[in-house]
Amino acid sequence: MSTLLEAHNIRVSFKKENQTRLFGKERQQVLRGISLHLEEGECLGIIGESGSGKSTLGRVLSGLLRPEEGTITLDGQDLYGHHTRAEARALRHMLSVVFQDYTSSTNPRFRVSSIIGESLRALEHATGERIDRKRRVAELLEQVGLPESFAIRYPHELSGGQLQRVCIARALAIRPRIILLDEAISSLDASTQVQVMDLLAALRRELSLSYLFITHDLTSITYLCDRVVFMNQGEIVEQVDDITKIASITSPYARQLLEAVMGIGCEHGSGQEQASDEAWVA
Amino acid sequence: MLQQLFRSPMALLCMGIIFITALLGIFAPWVAPNDPYANDILNKFAGPSWQYPLGTDQLGRCVFSRMLFGIRPTLFLSLLTMLGTIGIGVVMGITAGYFRGTVDEIIMRVVDVMLSFPSQIIILAVVALLGVDIRNVVLASIFIKWAWYARMIRTATIKYTSMNFVLFSRSIGSGNFFILTRHMLPCIAAELAVLASLDTGWAILNISTLSFLGLGVQAPTPEWGAMLNEAKNVMVSNPEQMIVPGLAVVVLVGACNMLGDCLRDALDPKAVRQ
Ligand SMILES: Nc1ncnc2c1ncn2[C@@H]1O[C@H](COP(=O)(O)OP(=O)(O)OP(=O)(O)O)[C@@H](O)[C@H]1O
Ligand SMILES: [Mg+2]
Repeated sequence: MSTLLEAHNIRVSFKKENQTRLFGKERQQVLRGISLHLEEGECLGIIGESGSGKSTLGRVLSGLLRPEEGTITLDGQDLYGHHTRAEARALRHMLSVVFQDYTSSTNPRFRVSSIIGESLRALEHATGERIDRKRRVAELLEQVGLPESFAIRYPHELSGGQLQRVCIARALAIRPRIILLDEAISSLDASTQVQVMDLLAALRRELSLSYLFITHDLTSITYLCDRVVFMNQGEIVEQVDDITKIASITSPYARQLLEAVMGIGCEHGSGQEQASDEAWVA
Repeated sequence: MLQQLFRSPMALLCMGIIFITALLGIFAPWVAPNDPYANDILNKFAGPSWQYPLGTDQLGRCVFSRMLFGIRPTLFLSLLTMLGTIGIGVVMGITAGYFRGTVDEIIMRVVDVMLSFPSQIIILAVVALLGVDIRNVVLASIFIKWAWYARMIRTATIKYTSMNFVLFSRSIGSGNFFILTRHMLPCIAAELAVLASLDTGWAILNISTLSFLGLGVQAPTPEWGAMLNEAKNVMVSNPEQMIVPGLAVVVLVGACNMLGDCLRDALDPKAVRQ
């Protein structure tokens, strides 16, 4: 197994909006030296509470935000280094993103076919090959469990789960090796979440993908991921390399998160043992 | 989208008015019953008749023919003004909003300066500087209005630049040109359409106003504002002279503004099925 993605000591800060002085240059540290790596075929969970910088990390990893410090290597190449056009294009196709908020992640004026078609177009430009877009769109839709007839629909004519599937299809269309799922299932209801996670697991086996799975929900991490990192205030506070040993974590923040999930289990009337079993073994 | 527009009776009515007006203007030489410059001093202030459908003015010229020929400067010059302003405004606004940074700062400071002058005063100043000519009026209108557009479009662009679908586009490496033309332009088209039709109304008023003040289209060229100006001199003795050009301006400006509203409704895809 080779290392597909490696991030080293990433730092990002944003200028504060509420400066104390006129023309102040105060900055807010959002990521303070994050390092992580992703092996081929692996699913790495990134968990942390709201505002801990998960989405920012996602943007850095997907090449949208240049970090102030630190390097990211995708398959041995520096993501933010200097590249020829062709190299840069190829790099772009290593990693694809699925966002949390499916309502804003597709252009409301595009039909499903054009939404997926945009990715195909980008792929055509990168590889120079011709793609039969119509057929490929149908294939991709089938792959994510949607009927072909959805291709002519607009996003607002789809349910949340269906639209999120379209987003996954669009992410798959560029034939990536890594998919970054930024809270991709958090805004779906429980049964749809399970369906989409099953879909993700199946796709991963089928296409030998690697996932970066960002979430604030431990249950879904244990369902899908091989390894987990816990983020708090822009730092990695705990790393669990074996998902079955997740109960043995030591850092107070991660414990707190764990207990929060178990606590909810208790409230619903099931015993703590049972709740944790359900959550961790699944 | 367009179907939606064509289903609204108000939009149809407004487009009908503007379209017919434009056609009448284009084919004025064939439609007009009389030469708009021909005097018939014995027949001045005549009432409507077969020869002069809307009567005659103080020099005995056919009011109807003058109205028809007046469409050209009124409607076409205001469309020209609108296109000019929108063109510059969109380019500046999108550039500033999408690329941000230094470019944004420079453009927005220029815009701030432009917006700190009252627009009518600037137009008067430019016309005073360059001389009384309708071309200068158009130039001055574009010059003063683009900043206003640039600001609105920049705001809209910023709103859409942080949307996930633009982020996704960038992350898979679609070019800036593709993103700007396929995502940004259609998204701001709704805002743009509203602005554009409201602005055409503004431009019509503006050109008419300046002609009324004697700074735009010069006599004896027929123009609605200039006709109002001439009619104003005989307001007490022959008030009916003001009705025709006055009403025409009101209807045309109203149609443009209404069309703006209808366009906005039609271009909002979410509103379609509600
Ligand atoms: N463009 C930006 N400008 C300024 N501050 C930002 C920007 N983007 C994010 N931040 C700040 O960075 C911090 C981390 O934000 P981020 O979106 O990464 O959190 P998150 O972990 O994804 O939270 P959530 O779970 O709610 O999605 C927040 O405090 C946020 O206010
Ligand atoms: Mg987030």
